[in-house]
Formats: sequence, structure tokens, C-alpha cells
Amino acid sequence: MKFGVIRFPGTCDDVDALLAAQRVGEAEILWHRDRDLKGVDAVVIPGGFSYGDYLRTGAIARFAPVMESVIEFAHAGGLVLGICNGFQILCEAGLLPGALLINDNLRFVFRQVLLDVADHDTPFTRNCPPTLSIPVKHTTGRYYAPEPVQVVLRYAPGQNPNGSQDDIAGVVNNAGNVFGLMPHPEHAVDALTGSDDGLTIFESIRAAVSERVPVA
Amino acid sequence: MTDTDTQPRHRELGLTDHEYALILDGLGRTPTDVELAMLSLMWSEHCAYKHSKKLLRRLPTEGAHVLVGPGENAGAVDAGDGLAVAFKVESHNHPSAVEPFQGAATGVGGILRDIFAVGARPIAVLDSLRFGEPASSQRSRYLLEHAVAGIGHYGNSIGVPTVGGEIYFEQSYEQNCLVNAMAVGLAPHDRLTSAAAAGPGNLVLLFGARTGRDGIGGASVLASAELSGGTGGDGGDHAKRPTVQIGDPFAEKKLMECSLELLDRELLASLQDLGAAGLTSAASEMASKGGVGLDIDVSRVPLREADMEPFEIMVSESQERMLCVVEPRLLDQVTAVCERWEVQAAVIGEVTASRHFRILRGSELVGEIPVELLVDDCPLYDLAPERPTTTLYGGGDQRVATDADPATQLKALLASANIASRLPVYEQYDPVVQSRTVRRPGEADAAVLALPVLSASSGAGGEPIPGIAVAIDGNGRRVAVDPRAGAAEVVYECAANLACVGAEPLGLTNCLNFGNPEKPHVAWQLVEAVEGLAQACRDLDVPVVGGNVSLYNESPEGPILPTPVIGMVGRLPDVRHAGRLGFANPGDRIALVGDFNPRRDGSEIAKLHGSAPAGALPGKDVVALRSAHQRVREGVRTRAFTSAHDIAEGGLLVALAECCIAGGVGAIVTLPDGLDPFGEDLGTAFIVSGPTEALAGLRVIGAVGGRELNVEGLLKLPVSELSAIHGDGLAALVS
Amino acid sequence: MRARVLIRPKAGILDPQGQAVERALPALGFSGVSGVHIGRLVELDVEDPSQLPAMCERLLANPLIEDYEIIESL
Repeated sequence: MKFGVIRFPGTCDDVDALLAAQRVGEAEILWHRDRDLKGVDAVVIPGGFSYGDYLRTGAIARFAPVMESVIEFAHAGGLVLGICNGFQILCEAGLLPGALLINDNLRFVFRQVLLDVADHDTPFTRNCPPTLSIPVKHTTGRYYAPEPVQVVLRYAPGQNPNGSQDDIAGVVNNAGNVFGLMPHPEHAVDALTGSDDGLTIFESIRAAVSERVPVA
Repeated sequence: MTDTDTQPRHRELGLTDHEYALILDGLGRTPTDVELAMLSLMWSEHCAYKHSKKLLRRLPTEGAHVLVGPGENAGAVDAGDGLAVAFKVESHNHPSAVEPFQGAATGVGGILRDIFAVGARPIAVLDSLRFGEPASSQRSRYLLEHAVAGIGHYGNSIGVPTVGGEIYFEQSYEQNCLVNAMAVGLAPHDRLTSAAAAGPGNLVLLFGARTGRDGIGGASVLASAELSGGTGGDGGDHAKRPTVQIGDPFAEKKLMECSLELLDRELLASLQDLGAAGLTSAASEMASKGGVGLDIDVSRVPLREADMEPFEIMVSESQERMLCVVEPRLLDQVTAVCERWEVQAAVIGEVTASRHFRILRGSELVGEIPVELLVDDCPLYDLAPERPTTTLYGGGDQRVATDADPATQLKALLASANIASRLPVYEQYDPVVQSRTVRRPGEADAAVLALPVLSASSGAGGEPIPGIAVAIDGNGRRVAVDPRAGAAEVVYECAANLACVGAEPLGLTNCLNFGNPEKPHVAWQLVEAVEGLAQACRDLDVPVVGGNVSLYNESPEGPILPTPVIGMVGRLPDVRHAGRLGFANPGDRIALVGDFNPRRDGSEIAKLHGSAPAGALPGKDVVALRSAHQRVREGVRTRAFTSAHDIAEGGLLVALAECCIAGGVGAIVTLPDGLDPFGEDLGTAFIVSGPTEALAGLRVIGAVGGRELNVEGLLKLPVSELSAIHGDGLAALVS
Repeated sequence: MRARVLIRPKAGILDPQGQAVERALPALGFSGVSGVHIGRLVELDVEDPSQLPAMCERLLANPLIEDYEIIESL
């Protein structure tokens, strides 16, 4: 299978996401100005600051040419993984419910956190163990949604780094094919760096894709 | 305040009458406005190093691994496998004292540009910070909070990990905080680039942000003037606010990617970043290094504000700009790369054979200065050092009684702002982006980065994964006690930090933060410290590949503690064997490695007792020191040792407590007879743990196990309590 | 035409920036302060002010978490 990793000019974790995806399949970079998704089976929108994020995180990126194609891809059932800034962009684009707000302590936080997998019945978590050790790193990660949402990941008790509603760390859309999370699974794919739990998310995607009919 | 209206303009701009006479002589006429502005900046302390240049020649700059020594934007060493590591530390002290968030942010931005200007991709940032006492000074807490936020803002946003740093708090930094930022970059040898302009007829291209009135005169006003008194951003600081530069990490991210792509495609003849003194410094350095002249047309510089004067354009310190030289036939390709990264680019001039720097506004010539006059002819001054007869720095409040029991003293040390856990600070930095970080802050005494990015094929078939280790260090109190021995200790300690992860030094960079060198006692500190650095570099065979000097860090209360800061880069053959700080395996033995001769003068316990930094530092047996470093390095590399930690500030008990806290496990230890549990002898000795057979021949002092730190006859404290005290010490001050 | 758009956190949404300022003011001796909220101010020249609400809905504000107020003709 092939992952496409989107690169905006201010994306930071694109190479990390590419390397993580390449541990389970093929992967290539998709440039923000291109509409061609190059036949990938799953799209990763990595962390960073897309177009600087000075107005509001992800607010401008959702209008990028590549995002028009990603929105079409998602509506056709394609798997989309949004990490951190990618999660923010997916919320702004309306592909995921809710919004991300500034952390309750107003600071950037880097921390290795424990996550409880609340839903294993998704294409993104089917291979995951019950808990994951994955780092978070963000200033705008406090999830908020006025309506009930499909929670996939929660910060383990006492681990919530940002004050998110109901300890929510990651959610999927109703169709189950678009997943956004604040923690960075691409930074937990090698035991040398402290944890390889994040790799199970990429492995889940590969397993799910192998069972699906390719998206037209 | 003096009446500046009556001052000759050259004095207002910081030039002495003697220097001005040299300028008149060099030009053969009176300078124009733009010429005077340019010359005053290029002849400032900040650009010309006029009080330190002669002294810096004493530092050893050659070594087997050196690829680029001092003089370029950053030095570089050979890390093996065809890879070069470029690195440099630089101060941004005065801008940070005026506006800590932007000062620190643009400090990071500036040092990153130095790294990619030589063709290296930045892979790590470290920082060294000094503030006044946080418990008693709201201003210091404010500066700390905002400087840390500024560093994080820039590094986190641009996608370069902040992997290490250090922070100390002393009264002498109350008015003059120190913000030193270090960046490390990686490049294939053949991509290392020079700033030397070449090829008359080639085009000079300015790319990046537009030019505004940022930091007009910033280099001379902000970087070389003693700050006036006043607190909390009022008084003297207030008037300087308009010259503060604002950082835009998104603009720099694009500029960095654009610059690296231009170099990858071999489209540039040379590349230079714009820093202090803006276009003036960047262009004249390029011309000087290349032995050529330049014509620059200010009317072609993209401006953010209309109606800027030529001199303003030439000295503006607007951030996120680069200058390059391009062959005319390659211009279209260069422009296309810039367009792809949405980076504005404009041809603003061309290289000439004249060896003159000519400033034009359209067809009008507004300035013409021989490059040599700008870059080389500033007079260099000899210092007049004189050893002070009395101590320059007082003691502080007594925080713990000298006769308190050892447990109380240890707890006071662990809770003190200088020793407490740095977690509340480094949690604000991203240490992992770029997939190289094998040891992040808190895990070991130095950061460890894999040289090849970590991927599915890393270490396949048991192949080693080579890496580098980086550390930054400084200790003003000990340098104040004895500038020569104290500065040497900083080098030894940095090397000891590297040994703890299994790395051997390749090179170092330094930032010399001192008071006013025109005062004899500060000159003495400076001269002695440089001698100490030079000696330690020779002792350990570590060359200096670049650095920076920040002088005039004084307030009415006196100079800052003399603070040479050292950033060191080393290599380790296999990051899979990188050392860790914490005890891990109950049953492991604990050994003391090295010739450890602790004294209390200049130590943290002396500070907590209220003593001034005075007395004498321990002498060093350099042969024993080198051998201890070597023993630890080998023990770590062969995985014989479970943990390794150098005995640093606070002494032996603090080091043991840190090993217990990091590992979440206790230890039972018997101290060697007569050894001072709180004295310091930095850089010489280590605490290691490992199986009995791994420690053969070493001085075993105890064993890992239990839930307490139990030091025979001295104290017995639960690790959980030590951990809580250590964790809360700084957290309580920054929240 | 010059217009100004004020963007505020929606009522009921935790506003830690506003709270931080509300906590800081008494510490400086300013008492009797409550209801502090921090938002954004956008000033812009527009040819067709009737487009302003759509601009706010689509880009300038996130209606899920923010209210906006348009002040025309400065």
C-alpha cells in the first residue's frame, strides 16, 4: 500500500510521518499546491504550522489545493489520518467534528503521555494494544465539541496535558474513515526513541487498506 | 543624560574621535550619512570584536576533525561517513533583556540562519540562560517565562528540536540576563558553502522577508551599550523598545527550505545570512572574504515601509533574510525555487572587481567605501587587565544553615533553583522532531542524535547507528572564583557530559559573556578565562571552531559573573549504546570514577550558605581526568555500565540523588573517608552503575536497590521525597 | 471601505487567556475586575462590505467556538 504525506510550507513532522509510514508500506510526499494525490491508499496530514497558523490553527490550510482533493478522497471513503496540526486542519475543514483550542495552561507542552484506546473497531486502531505511550507536542490541543463525538483515544487518567473535554485525544468521523489525534504516533515508532507504540496505528491502517476495495 | 545635541554625530553613533579620524583618513573625505551609519556599525564591538579579537587568537582552532574553523557563519567538524556537523553558539542578551520573548525567539532564528548559511540543515537547538534570583525577583521570573516561551515558539514552529540547555540564577544577572542559543546542523561535506562572494558580474540577490525599520541601530545601541538602571520594562528599557526585531518562524522555515534547495541544486556561488548590522554586514563580509567589490542599489530592496532612507535600508535588522551571489545564467532557476517556497527575491546589485562597496539609489551614488576599511581597518584594542584586589561579587541570603544535618542540606540543594528539575522548562520545547533524538533532556547528561535519521532500516542486521552527542555548559560562580581554572572546568564538564553517553569530543563553540572590558578587572577576567579555555582545549585535544563574544553586560551594581558558555559536539559509534543517567537495575554496584577532590569555594552549597564566590578551585590532574573520561566512555560504549552521570553542581550527594530520581530506584552508599559530600570538582569524576564484574578495578561505593537513598552515617531519604523536592523546585517558581 | 471585525470566544467556552489576565490584574492592585475575555481584532479594507459575514463564517472566525462582530465604516 502507499501513504501520501502532505507537506505545507510550514509542516514540521512531514519527514517523520514519511519515515513512520515507510516502516509499514510505501509513502511519498504530496505538495500542498498539487491536487494530484498520486493514487495513494491513505493520506497523512502531519504536524507543524501549515501556513504559519497565525490566524487560527489550520484555518488557511483547509483551503489549500491539496485539501480539495483530500476532502473528495475522504468523502469517497479514503482513509485520512490527521496528526496534531493535521487534526486541527481536519476540524477546520469540517471532516471531523469539534475544534482545538489553546491549552488550558496557555503553554506549548511536550510530554510522553499514556493513551487509552477507547475504540478498537476503527481502521486506525484495530492493531493497537489497550494503551499507548506516545508524545504530545502542541500549544493548541484542547479538544472541544458541542455534540457527542466518536472518541477513539483518551488520555489515561491524570495524563491530560491540555484540558481537553472528557480527556479526548483522538476522534473519528461518523463514517469511520477520517481520524484526528493530537499525540504524535510518528514519534513513537522506534524503541530507541522511547516507544514504538505509535507504529501500531500505521500497521492498523495497512491492515485495513489490505482488506478494502481501493478508492476510485 | 548628556545633551546629545551638542555631540558630534560620530560619537552619537559610538565611534571615538580616534576612530573617526581613521575613517576620515581612510576615505580621504568626510563620510556621507549612509557611509557613517555603515562604518559605525561595522566598527562596533558587536561586529568588529575590537576588544576581544586579539585575545581570541590564543584559542586553538585546528584539529584532525576540523573542516571549517572560525570566520565563516558557523564552524564545522567531520562526523564521519562524509557528513559534516556545523555548529555555533551566539548571544542575544541585550535584546532579550529589553523584550525577552522576541529577543530569545530572534536569537534562535539568527543562529539557525548561521547554520543553514553554511549549507547545513539545522538538526538541533540548545540554549544557555541566566537570570536573577527567581524567588525574590519578579522581573527574573518574567524574563525566564518569556525567554523560554520565545525559544520554544521559534524552535517548535520551525521544526528543529530543542534538545538541551542549561539555566542558572544569580543576582548579578538581575539587570543583564543572558540568552545564548546554539544550533547544530548537518551537511554532506561537499555541500558546505562559503560566504565569499565571487565572480565580478555575478548578481547579488536578497531573499526572504521585506526590509523594514526593525532594529535600526540595533547592533550598536542594543548590543554594545550598558543598560541603564530601571526595572520591569520601564525607564531606560522603554525607549529602546522600537528597535526590537520581531521573529517570524514561518518565514524562516520557508527561507531555510528554500536556501537548502538552492544549495542542493548547486545554484548559488555563495550564501550569507543577514544578522546584526543587516545588509551592511552581510554584504561587506561577503565582499571581504571573496576579495571583490559590490554595488548595491537600495531602490531595488523590497521594503515593508515606504520612504526608507538609504542608511536605514543598509542597517535594518529585519529578520528572516538571506543574501546570495548567483551567476546570471542561473537566475531564472533560482527565482523559480524561491517562487516555489513563496519566498520573495530581488536582485539588488552585482559583484565588481573594484574592492569597493558602492551604495546606489537608482543611478545616484550615495556611498562608496573600500571594503577593507569597513571590514578590516577598525582598530583592535589591547586590554589592560588588572587582578582585582577585592572580591567583585557579594554573597546572597543564607538559605540553609552551615551546620544543618546532611539530609536538610541535600534537600535544600535539590530544591534550589540552580539544581532543581528543569522539566517545567524543557517540557515547553519539542525535542523529537526530525526523528534523530535518542536521548532527550532528562534522560542523559548530553543529548544524543542519530546521524542517519531513524528508519525501518536503521541498525538492520546489527549494523551500528552512528550519532553525535551535544551539550552546553557554563558556570559563572566558579569562573568568578578563578577565571582561568573556572573556564577550564566548563570545558572539562562539557566533555564529561559527552563521556556519559559514550561520546568523544570533536569540537566546541564558545560564547564569552562578560562585563565592560575597558574596566581592568573585567579585562582580567576575560584574559584569564580565555587562557583557561585554551589550556583545557589543548588538554582534551578539542579545537574551537567558532563562537561569539558579548561584552558590556553591566549594570550600576557591577558586571555579571564572568560567563563563558561552551557548546560541545562529540561523536559516538552507535547510538543504540548511548548512556543513560538513572540507576536502573537493583543489585547493580555503584562506583566513583575519577580523581575527585571536591572543595566548597564557588559551590552551590556555599551559595546556599550565603558565601560569596571566592577562594580557590580544586587543581586538576589532567592525565587522571582524561583517563576517567576514557574509562566512562568505554564502559558506556561496551554496555558494561547501566548508567553514567558526572558529579557536577551540588557535589556527590546531589549526583547520587539525581541518579536515584531519574531511575526511580534507591541506593545504599558508603562515602570514602573524608570526602566532602557537597564539595565540587567539576568535570573530573563520575557516578556509574553496573554489574559487579563491569566495575572491576573501580572504586565501588555502594549498590542500587530499595526505595531510599541511604548514605551510611549521613542520611536516609525516600526517593519519592527527593523526587518531589527536585521536581517542585523550579516548577513552583515558573507556574 | 475600512472595516473592523471583533472575534471573541463564544460564551461558555473556557478562555484561559482571559482568565490569566483576570487573575493577574488583582495581583497588580486593580480590584473589581471580572468577565475578562481575549479575542482577535481584524481590520481590513473591503470593496463590498456585504461579503463580510461570509468572510467571517468561512475564514476569519470559527463559528463553532467564536462569535464575531462586524463594525463597518471606521
